Amino acid sequence: MSANANIPTNGGSSPVPPVKLTRKDFVSDQEVRWCPGCGDYSILAQIQKVMPELGIKRENTVFVSGIGCSSRFPYYMNTYGFHSIHGRAPAIATGIKASNPELSVWVITGDGDALSIGGNHLIHTIRRNLDINIILFNNRIYGLTKGQYSPTSEFGKKTKSTPYGVIDYPLNPLSVALAAEATFVARSVDTFTSHLQMTVERAMHHKGVSFVEVYQNCNIFNDHAFEMFTERGVRDDAMIEIEHGKPLVFGKEHNRGVRMRSDMHLEVVELGNGVDESGLIVHNEKAPDSYLAYMLARMESPDYPVPIGVFRDVTKATYEDMLAGQIKTATEKMGPGDLEKLINSGDTWVIE
Amino acid sequence: MESVTILNNVEDTNIEELETVTIRFAGDSGDGMQLTGTQFSNTTAVVGNDISTLPDYPAEIRAPAGSLPGVSGFQLKFSNHDIRTPGDEPNVLVAMNPAALKVNLADLEHGGILIVNTDAFNENNLKKAGYETNPLEDGVLGGYRVFKLPITTLNRAALRDTVKLPPKEIDRCKNFWALGMMYWLYDRPLEPTQQWIETKFKKPEIQTANLTALKAGFAYAEAAEIFTTHYRVRRAAIAPGKYRNITGNEATALGFVTASVLAKRPLFYASYPITPASEILHELSIHKNFGVKTFQAEDEIAAMCAAIGAAFTGSLGLTGTSGPGLALKSEAIGLAVMTELPVVIVDVQRGGPSTGLPTKTEQADLLQAMFGRNGECPVAIVAPATPAECFQMAVEAFRIATKHMLPVIYLSDGYLANGAEPWRLPAMDELPKFAVELTTNAEGFHPYNRDPETLARAWAVPGTPKLEHRIGGLEKEDTTGNVSYDPENHMHMVLMRAEKVARVAYDIPDLEVFGEPEGRLLVIGWGSTYGAITSAVEEMQHRGKLISSIHLRYLNPFPSNLGEILGRFDRVLVPELNLGQLALLLRARYLVPAVSFAKVKGKPFKIRELTAKMNELYED
Ligand code: SF4
Repeated sequence: MSANANIPTNGGSSPVPPVKLTRKDFVSDQEVRWCPGCGDYSILAQIQKVMPELGIKRENTVFVSGIGCSSRFPYYMNTYGFHSIHGRAPAIATGIKASNPELSVWVITGDGDALSIGGNHLIHTIRRNLDINIILFNNRIYGLTKGQYSPTSEFGKKTKSTPYGVIDYPLNPLSVALAAEATFVARSVDTFTSHLQMTVERAMHHKGVSFVEVYQNCNIFNDHAFEMFTERGVRDDAMIEIEHGKPLVFGKEHNRGVRMRSDMHLEVVELGNGVDESGLIVHNEKAPDSYLAYMLARMESPDYPVPIGVFRDVTKATYEDMLAGQIKTATEKMGPGDLEKLINSGDTWVIE
Repeated sequence: MESVTILNNVEDTNIEELETVTIRFAGDSGDGMQLTGTQFSNTTAVVGNDISTLPDYPAEIRAPAGSLPGVSGFQLKFSNHDIRTPGDEPNVLVAMNPAALKVNLADLEHGGILIVNTDAFNENNLKKAGYETNPLEDGVLGGYRVFKLPITTLNRAALRDTVKLPPKEIDRCKNFWALGMMYWLYDRPLEPTQQWIETKFKKPEIQTANLTALKAGFAYAEAAEIFTTHYRVRRAAIAPGKYRNITGNEATALGFVTASVLAKRPLFYASYPITPASEILHELSIHKNFGVKTFQAEDEIAAMCAAIGAAFTGSLGLTGTSGPGLALKSEAIGLAVMTELPVVIVDVQRGGPSTGLPTKTEQADLLQAMFGRNGECPVAIVAPATPAECFQMAVEAFRIATKHMLPVIYLSDGYLANGAEPWRLPAMDELPKFAVELTTNAEGFHPYNRDPETLARAWAVPGTPKLEHRIGGLEKEDTTGNVSYDPENHMHMVLMRAEKVARVAYDIPDLEVFGEPEGRLLVIGWGSTYGAITSAVEEMQHRGKLISSIHLRYLNPFPSNLGEILGRFDRVLVPELNLGQLALLLRARYLVPAVSFAKVKGKPFKIRELTAKMNELYED
């Protein structure tokens, strides 16, 4: 081996790993190269912060990404990482997790990476329910290629590639994930640090695929994309934090709620004057079907408060467990693989 | 004509000895011709003949009954000596309906035996086959020895009193009737097929029906005095050992399981269904007790990427496809080249371009395998030459991939995939040894630390403490693996990746010349044309021509002694089932005026076509 001893290793600098890791242990030696002020910084910081709390070992963690600004993420994590090709991170992560189910596998992706070029991999990876965590940074723009519209860009938006406005209808990432039967679906915002930490932690603890959309501000090509509802002054009235078992109440004064009309539409109501919380929808993230989660995911600004939190959290057998189960059953039935027997199977004959 | 008749009558006064026979069974897709052919082949192998087979089936799953596209055929050649191809022209054609006759008659040798099921020659079927008049009556079959048998009627008569089955079920047994007849005609025992029927058909009625049909066909041929003679092909002098018949796809799958056992690394096969590669997925998905994980991906790209992910974690990452799928995988193959991970990509080539001819064979993906990616993106390429050889080349693909830490493309084709031949089963101690070691030592670790000999980088997998590192598709700084945009480094890494592949040449066997080490003409082939080329060259050598051949199983890099061999011959001929792709590479690399002999018809070479071309060049 022609090891170059002058260059320090990224990992393994301390001979004995500390009993409890800290945020610093998850910071790699690579210089972070996002634009100053980019929302990605906060997401990186929150994930690095919660990692030690999750109790998984650094060496057992793999971050996989595709292409785009967000996809540089793995370089900054002092874990195993794979910065792959455009849209394919879920497929690579599938190979990793199915091969070694012991690993904690994270997919970092963006709206273009996951929903445009990688749309097929995203839905199929979700439906297989591998125990991996997919974090989609949604900035509603192509940043790395300098400002074309993305599959989540608003209809009519003027961008570099749409000087007369976008004429494709956008996708809602949560709807896609729910339609693909995701067992864990959540949304958070880059700047809501504690909410984001909580959401990432819950995603990690969920056994099965976790899909988290994070609203992420691209201050260079799509600045203020979420400000109309995330801004401190308007946030309480323009957003709603959904929580399991709790009625859908929001507003600075906790004076507004969401209820179901008889024609199966959601409506926003003012509480008081005979309207109380008992008529409101009570969030149930454990509902076996995803109708409620889907309806909530469809609430958009400005007609509805924009929801954040966990939309769905249900349990199903995971792909990797079932795969291991089939191997176990086959081995019990046929005995552990015997190569000589295998080669000599079928209709054989002997030539003397 | 290859079959030589020796008229020395033995025991049975009506038995004639033959050296080699080529039979083609042809019928409607629903007539069970593949099964009939396979059964005949297995029995023939068991009695000790050398054998080579080739099924020819339509792309449509169920083309309209009786139509030309619905014709399914199975050709087999068996002999009392070593043979390498399923035969140029059949000596015998069994045609179960007019469409089968129409499609196959042109291939039958002049004076050959033609057996037809006359019951199927009704007005409707004749029309579907495009016959204006009945060929059984209008004299077009004058040049053949025709046996007209009402097989459907004879089969019904035999089964009527034995089993209570609906007429449709009874008619389905007629392929066994025909098989029984052929067993008598070529002096084969019924027992292997009887045993097969007994294990295969669980329903007693169906089992009895098929057994009865088989015996009835045999008895009829023996008693009815339609065939005045029958034939015997004595056992071949085959190397002693235990054998089984194996198709290329089966051998490929077993080879990969074997690679996994030898390397002591789990096999992960990711694939998207595609003709003619799907059997590899089917076969591997059975062997779960070897820890083999199979993953049917959502598309070709995902299959390639999952294989890369698996390789990153220390599994033998494998994907399999055909030409269109290889095209889809190319970007991801580039990622495997960049990240220097040991993945193997199987391409079972078929007729192209685009969807092309899915069930037909071709060798036109060589340049795609060689160059079909963006950037300077070399991979190692291996190609088995015969169905049985697929086993050892599959092992070889992973030996190279893991030792040299690079992707390997394994080029098979439809002919190898579906063709079958006897495989002498290797003993466990005959299998190659190859140890695969993962890096665990953190001392001075960098992901792109290299082995000084092979230049292979370290294989450090997630789960290993203190070796945490990041890899990806961006250009790497050598040793550290950090992203680098440095111009000198890029040049260095491009050369590094090329050199890695080049150094595989030190790790593969030298080419052996078939025939004299020097001479007038050298014939070079690769892949599935081995059998036809070698047989043709052998024939020319018997005719006293100074012709030799070499066959490439390693296409990138080429074996080290190739250039030197080329220099010893006056002329070089390169027969390929493409428009001269290897010829192009040889010309570019060695500056030899290699002559391409191209055939792109979805069909393998005939020996006769090759000898004709060799003659032409030789006399020229
Ligand atoms: S272009 Fe936008 S998303 Fe990309 S790094 Fe800059 S601010 Fe962030």
